[in-house]
Order: sequence, then C-alpha cells, then structure tokens
Amino acid sequence: MKKMSVSHAIREGMHEEMLRDENVIMVGEDLGTMGSPFAITQGFLDEFGPNRVIETPISESSFTGMSVGAAMRGIRPVVELMYVDFISVAMDPVMNQAAKMRYMTGGQVHVPMVVRAPMGSGRRNAGQHSQCLETLFTHIPGLKVVCPSTAADAKGLIKAAIRDDDPVIFLEHKLLYAAKGDVPEGEHVIPLGVADVKREGKDVTIITWSRQVFFALDAAKELEKEGIDVEVIDLRSLVPLDWETIKKSVSKTHNVVVVQEGVKRSGFAGEISAQIMEELFDELDAPVERVAALNTVAPFSPTLEDVFFPQVDDIVKAVKKVVNLK
Amino acid sequence: MYTNMVRIRKFEVKLTDCFTKGMLAGNIHTSVGQEATAVGACKALEKRDFIAATHRGHGHCIAKGAKTDIMMAELFGKVTGYCRGKGGSMHVADVSLGILGANGIVGAGIPIATGSGLTSKIKGTDEVTLAFFGDSASNQGTFHESINMAAAWKLPVVYLCENNQYGVSVNIHTVTNTDTIAVRAKAYDIPGVTVDGNNPLEVYEAVKKAVEYAREGNGPSLVECMTFRMRGHYEGDPAAYRPKEVTEEWRKKDPIDTFRAYLLNQSIDEKELIAIEEEMDKEIEAANQFAQESPYPDASEVTLDVYVSDNERSVAR
Repeated sequence: MKKMSVSHAIREGMHEEMLRDENVIMVGEDLGTMGSPFAITQGFLDEFGPNRVIETPISESSFTGMSVGAAMRGIRPVVELMYVDFISVAMDPVMNQAAKMRYMTGGQVHVPMVVRAPMGSGRRNAGQHSQCLETLFTHIPGLKVVCPSTAADAKGLIKAAIRDDDPVIFLEHKLLYAAKGDVPEGEHVIPLGVADVKREGKDVTIITWSRQVFFALDAAKELEKEGIDVEVIDLRSLVPLDWETIKKSVSKTHNVVVVQEGVKRSGFAGEISAQIMEELFDELDAPVERVAALNTVAPFSPTLEDVFFPQVDDIVKAVKKVVNLK
Repeated sequence: MYTNMVRIRKFEVKLTDCFTKGMLAGNIHTSVGQEATAVGACKALEKRDFIAATHRGHGHCIAKGAKTDIMMAELFGKVTGYCRGKGGSMHVADVSLGILGANGIVGAGIPIATGSGLTSKIKGTDEVTLAFFGDSASNQGTFHESINMAAAWKLPVVYLCENNQYGVSVNIHTVTNTDTIAVRAKAYDIPGVTVDGNNPLEVYEAVKKAVEYAREGNGPSLVECMTFRMRGHYEGDPAAYRPKEVTEEWRKKDPIDTFRAYLLNQSIDEKELIAIEEEMDKEIEAANQFAQESPYPDASEVTLDVYVSDNERSVAR
C-alpha cells in the first residue's frame, strides 16, 4: 500500500494508462505548463509532448466534440472540464454525440472517451462552480457515470474508465482531491459497476457516493452511540449500477436512506429510491428516505452553503426517521 | 461525377415520392439542387479520407461511396440499413468508407471532423477530413471554436460550407453581416474561397487545392460553395418563405441540367448520358425494392448497442 491523495491517485492512474496505451491522450484547459488547476496532469506535457497533452483554448463545446471525433477514430481521449458546471456549454457533444453514436450507427462505432470533471459544494465557489450534476448524465442512455470517493477507488476507476469502450463521465469531488488514502501498489483496476460496502450494519442501509460517503460514515458513528447499526454503501458508479449489492443490503436491514450532495428534485437518489420501492417494497419496514441539497442555487456565503447541502446531522435525522426514533 | 450527381438526384426524388405516399416516416431533408457540391467535394478526396455530413447528408454519403440500397433501407428503418434502422435519414454512417456520420444537430459535425483531423495529426497519417456544414451552421459556436483550434494546430481539415442561403426559413443575410462566409477565413489566417457550388468542376478544383494544402501539413481551409436547395427544408415544407423569383432563378441553374449541357458541349455523346440516367433509374428502383423487401429490426434490438460493455445491466437501470 502507498498513501496518496485522490488527485495524486488520479494522476498516477492516468499516467500508467498513458504509458500503457499510446492512444490515450489528455484534452482540456491549462493541462500543460500549469498541469491543470488541480495539479492532475503535472509533468504530462514534458513527458508525453503536445500531441498527447492537448492544451485547448476555452472552447469546451468543440474540444469535447473534437474528442468525440478522435474517439471514433480510435483515440482514447480523457477530457478535463475545469468544473462540471461548464458542461452547460459542452452538453451537445456529450449527450447527443458521444452517448448516442454507437446506437445510432447500429453498433458500427464506439466512443471510448472519458470526461473528467470536478464537482461539489463546500468550497465556497458559488452557484456556477459548486454543483453536483450526476443526474444530467445518468438520464442519458449511452453514458456511464462514475463518482469515486477514495484515493484507491479514484485510481482503480480512472484506469477502468480509460479502458472502457463507452463514454464515461468521471466526477471528482473537489474537496476530496487532498484526502489521502492507501492505494494498492502495482496494477490496480476496479471494474465499473461494483459498489463498496464501507461499513456493515443490520438496522439501516445508507446508499450514497462521492464525498457524502464520509458524511454517512460519520453519521453512522454517531448513530452507533444510540444503538443504531448502520450499513454504508458507496456506489462508486451510478451507471452501471450495482443493484445486487443494494438488494442484498436492503433485504438485510429493511430500512434505507439515500444520500446525495446535489439538489433533491429529480436527483439520482430519487431514482434509487423508486427502484427500491418498485422491486423491494416487501423488504421495507419504512418508506425510503432521501437526504439531498435544497432545491436552490448553491450559495456563496459559508453559512448559507452549509445549510444548502447535506451535513452529517441531516443524515442522522433521516436515519432516525426511518427507524422511528426522535 | 455526372453519374453520382444523377444517382443522388434520383435517390432523393424517389424519397420524396415515397414520403408523399406515406411510406417514409420521420424527417427527410433533401439536397435536391446541391448535388454538385457534394460530388465535386468528394471527388477531391481519396478513399482513406473522411467526411462529416449534415442533416441534409444523403448526397454527401452517396458521393463518398455509400451504397444506395443500404442507405434506402436505413431510411425505411430496416435492419439491412447502414445503422440497422436505428439512425434514419439524418444519421447515415459508414466509417469504413470514411463517413463519420450525418448529424441531426446543426454544427455538431464540425468538431467531430476536427477530432478526426487531430487523430491524423497524432498518428502521423495523411488522411484529410472534410466537414460539410451549411451557412446556418457557420453561426454556431462550434464553427468558430473548431476552425480556431484547427488553424492553431494546423490540422488537416477542409471546412466546406454549403451556402444554400436559408436556415430553414431564415435568409442568411438577415442574420449575418458579411456577404460571404469565406471572408471569415481571414479571422483565422487560413485560406478561404467562395465558389459556384452548382458547378462540380469548380467545387472539385477548390476542394482539391484545400485537400492538398491540408495533406501537406499546412492546416485547414474554408471553402464556401454557393448553392440552393430546390425543395423545402424537409419534405412537406412548401418553402413559402422564399420569393418565387429566386427559386425560379436557381432552377435555371440546376446543377444537373447545367452540367449535362456542359458535357454535351464538350462533345460527350448524349447516348452515354442517357445510358447513365437509365442505369441510375434501375439502381434506385432496385434500392427501393431492396428497402421495401428488407425486414424491420427485431423488437429485441431496441436496447442493443447502447453500450459496448455491460450493455444489459447499463440499460436495465
């Protein structure tokens, strides 16, 4: 095991894939001399040259679209959006081109590209730099959606995402970049669509992903003091979804709280909740509870932002609600 | 070139027939009147070169070598079509022929073609990619963003604007200040030229020059072909927004009629041209029959090929 930050782990994963496959290229803003704003591609330009580290102008729509074209011809672009919020100007190449190209050509082509994007609240970046937008992507058939929480997962999943022949949206939480964790040495690839049970418990299942995994684990610790035994599932990837792990856990605990950092309305937590209600209703002792951000714009002011997105207390309250404790 | 122009015309006229009879579903955007641009441009390309086509892309695909029977089957939603009936009129693609696909989003093919150009540069191969797009697509951000990048990195791409002067109902001059689109090339410091898009020889010469320029590593060019779509934006559109006189004027410049007259003037035996026309009649009739007789895709195909890997699980939830 080697201890490293999430950003270092992503860098190491991408670095290994660039060495392994000459078709892997990096595309995005400030990737060169600066090494990207979160230092993910530091040193890449010197090592791999400008043909494989494409430092772009501020043209998200076309450098993403350009990557679709390159992917159709066998290149494996890893596109970096500086913030996931900027997907607003690059949505066409993602949702109408990359996602649909295989299906609409009757399986002729595939688009093996990764779109990496930092997301998340809590950094006081205000409304246009703080969103969690998983739902935009999970709603589009043809895209795979990955949200790692730990350094080991970040490395293992970015490698799997790069090797995957489908377009993968890889969402990195900005406030996890510096978080350190143990990463296995040597080749470390985690298949997409395998959840990780972070903590076993028998009373309530918390299903979550990305930074809220740590909030859920903190909540579980507090609830333990009150005799509530919480199981925490880190989905790691939303598409494909590891339903078997969800099913197994729900069938054991019979109580579910789904936690997402993004705004509640039309969120992926609602989707998971609906699937559980539809297919595992008989297993449930209480309605599935959702914990999510308020249906408002991510505010700048710290006091407001902390009210906006879910905190540990919110999760604790939701768990108590499903087990009928005040 | 005459053969391919006639092939495209007869293919699309057959489509309009079928559409009127209620045999075709969806949106059919014909390029009747624009055949010289597609054919002249693709004539300047090698088999290994690539194109990105548009929603009005039947002509582009046929000119790049797509088979009319497989295309017709696609338009009829049949499993024998290029995309197994899943793409339809606006999405014909055959990457083995260098057709990176027609596209239902105006201006979306421009960055895709740019990415193909980037690929040739990265791999050190000498294919050229040609992006077809209309005058209206030149007002999309992708036009500016893509040409800017291709110019900065000297990518082997030819940006070919088919200026048919109308974006659905809107005349280009009511939404654009410049007389031509090609003048914008100056902004990117790349070659830009406007030619008669109804003259296949003129289109061919201009594109050939741009292709050679790109293949030699000099970067992209902008070629604007002035033309006119003689039918509506899509079948069923009477195009009442265009003055009759303008349409009539362009009808006199029908690229097939004028090229035919030119060929006769060059002492080509009319019998040869008639033979081509009859051969194309037969080909399109056979294509139509192939399409009619082909089976529809099985219902089980509805979720097939959404994903390369883990498809079943990824479409299940």
